[in-house]
Amino acid sequence: MRFLLIIPTVFILVTTVFVLMRATGDPITAALGGRLTPDQLAERIHAAGYDRPILVQYWDYLSGVFTGDLGTTLSDSRPVTEVLTTYGAATLELSLYAVLVATVLGVPFGMLSGYFRDRVPDAVLRVLAILAYATPVFFAGLLLKLVFSVWLGWFPVAGRVSTAGEIEMRKAGADSGFMVIDALQTGDPAVLLDVLSHAVLPAMALGLLTAGIFLRLVRTNMIGTLGTDYVTAARSRGVRERRLVTGHAWRPALIPVITVAGMQIAMLLVGAVLTETTFEWRGLGFQLAQYLQARDFVAVQGIVVVMAVVVAVTNFLVDMIAVLVDPRVRY
Amino acid sequence: MTAPEITGAGTAGAAPEHLRGRGAWFKRLPVVHQLRQSVGLQRGMLVAGLVLTVAFVVLAAGARWIAPYGWAQLRGPDGMFGAQQPPSADHWFGTTVGGYDVLSRVVWGAQTALFVVVVAVLSSIVVGVVLGLLSGYFGGWVDRLLVLVADAVYAFPSLLLAILLAIVISGGQSSMWGGIFAAALSITVVFVPQYFRVVRAEVVRVKGEAFVDSARVLGTGHWRIMTRHVLRNSIRTLPLIVTLNASEAILTLAGLGFLGFGIEPTAAAEWGYDLQRAVADVTSGIWWTALFPGLAIVVAAMGMTLVGESLNDLADPRLRSRSRSKQVSGKVAATSVVADDQQKGDVA
Repeated sequence: MRFLLIIPTVFILVTTVFVLMRATGDPITAALGGRLTPDQLAERIHAAGYDRPILVQYWDYLSGVFTGDLGTTLSDSRPVTEVLTTYGAATLELSLYAVLVATVLGVPFGMLSGYFRDRVPDAVLRVLAILAYATPVFFAGLLLKLVFSVWLGWFPVAGRVSTAGEIEMRKAGADSGFMVIDALQTGDPAVLLDVLSHAVLPAMALGLLTAGIFLRLVRTNMIGTLGTDYVTAARSRGVRERRLVTGHAWRPALIPVITVAGMQIAMLLVGAVLTETTFEWRGLGFQLAQYLQARDFVAVQGIVVVMAVVVAVTNFLVDMIAVLVDPRVRY
Repeated sequence: MTAPEITGAGTAGAAPEHLRGRGAWFKRLPVVHQLRQSVGLQRGMLVAGLVLTVAFVVLAAGARWIAPYGWAQLRGPDGMFGAQQPPSADHWFGTTVGGYDVLSRVVWGAQTALFVVVVAVLSSIVVGVVLGLLSGYFGGWVDRLLVLVADAVYAFPSLLLAILLAIVISGGQSSMWGGIFAAALSITVVFVPQYFRVVRAEVVRVKGEAFVDSARVLGTGHWRIMTRHVLRNSIRTLPLIVTLNASEAILTLAGLGFLGFGIEPTAAAEWGYDLQRAVADVTSGIWWTALFPGLAIVVAAMGMTLVGESLNDLADPRLRSRSRSKQVSGKVAATSVVADDQQKGDVA
């Protein structure tokens, strides 16, 4: 029954966005006010239907959201759905890299930290973790950029692929939006290397933040499981310490991590918006910042609605998975 | 970071807390109590966090005297500052692309951040606690609706919600106080559901306790029960959320500023905005315009996170270090909370 709540939740999210965006007035005045004469403005507003009763507009918007029509952007006259499909892949790709970095760093170090609880390795790791999530991603990104691409010259400064690589991809007809897949399609290892080297710094910037959160979670749960009776029993049977962690304690410690990792998707998306802006990674976040600067609130509304719904639906799916993985959880 | 040694537990500490009476009032204040309760690494983290937080507040409150120049000052006695000047004796942290003094903007930025944090946290506490109290106490369909809305808003990515609200409140840009309130209120709306959920859950729990029933039997009015009996027993977890929210507020403010939705540079100094202006500088190797405002954010956010994390650990019997009771009473097992159950549910 609890799962049915996803429907009102999505409905509330969609409505919230509509109410907030309309509270400012109509998007046309916001974008073009001052640049057009009042007559021209009124004409544009009428053409776009923003002078109709608010409930009619709301109904239009609702049916649009559920049929996949989110309007047309004001600044570059593209359907919002097209913007989403074009740039969504880039954001997804970045998020996947970040989760990968976070898992590789956060989980093992979290287990170490939990095992060495309140001793030196734990102190060091915890301070690093707090540092990681007290640092705004865009500042972490700027530092990484400064050190590794400007001073050391190891990685490119910004973007997802160099111009030469892009031309090769276009020749090979690869346009999935996922740069790694596109690069593989060209069959040229140099292009793949190029794409990967562009991804390293953004992935690190976003991944470190997430790694800090993962570390904290794994640590807490590790301490919990290491204190349980069956671990004490195993220890008293003479099971080695190393085996205690790798064989006994880690699996139950990770179940809550899976569910909470899913809940971090909201934070990950917010982080992606900021990371993309720092590295000119042309994904949804980068576009969102562009549209915000252009005061194109139709585009902003579309992107925000979709992100909010994606987060809500992901949380919902994670809750379902939690039930499947852990028989103790019942709703 | 090394943890300070706890010494001199002495006989004064030997009597269990409850036998010593309630102690001086200041020893029972939220953070003071935890500071006394903490040991070892946890005390080190808490103290470090408090030091950083106090440093941030001092910087913010004393900006007028600490900052060498104004936040929008472009010229000193020797003429214009010049743009993108590297750190020197006149400008310890250099100057920005717009020709401002970086050190001054960092110091004044602390003031802006503190204003926003205080306004955001206070208003979200008031709104969240009042709604949570009424909703949990009276129940009914209003309660159910509020819970649904709070859950939905809670799931909304915080920065995106703050962006929408910044558009609504200020149209994206404004004066110093307009900008501060716009940013603070945007953050408030993001935080209210957290306070609402926590307080409501506690109220629902406390409402079923016997002392509330007895108060009702004695003919006490709803208002008095709510304020005297329920509220006071429902807000013990708030200091923890406040500290974690304060650091989140700083990060959200910086995020807003970074996306260009903060406060105009001539109206007030704001770290996120300065970092946005520094993105281009970094590409050409100019490090001082990004490094210092960024470090300021990290220090401020980290101080509050350290305090919050420590309070969190101390509130959780599984995570609380217990070496003090070991020193004091010898046998831990006989006196302390069993640490094996309820490992689920408190992970976030």
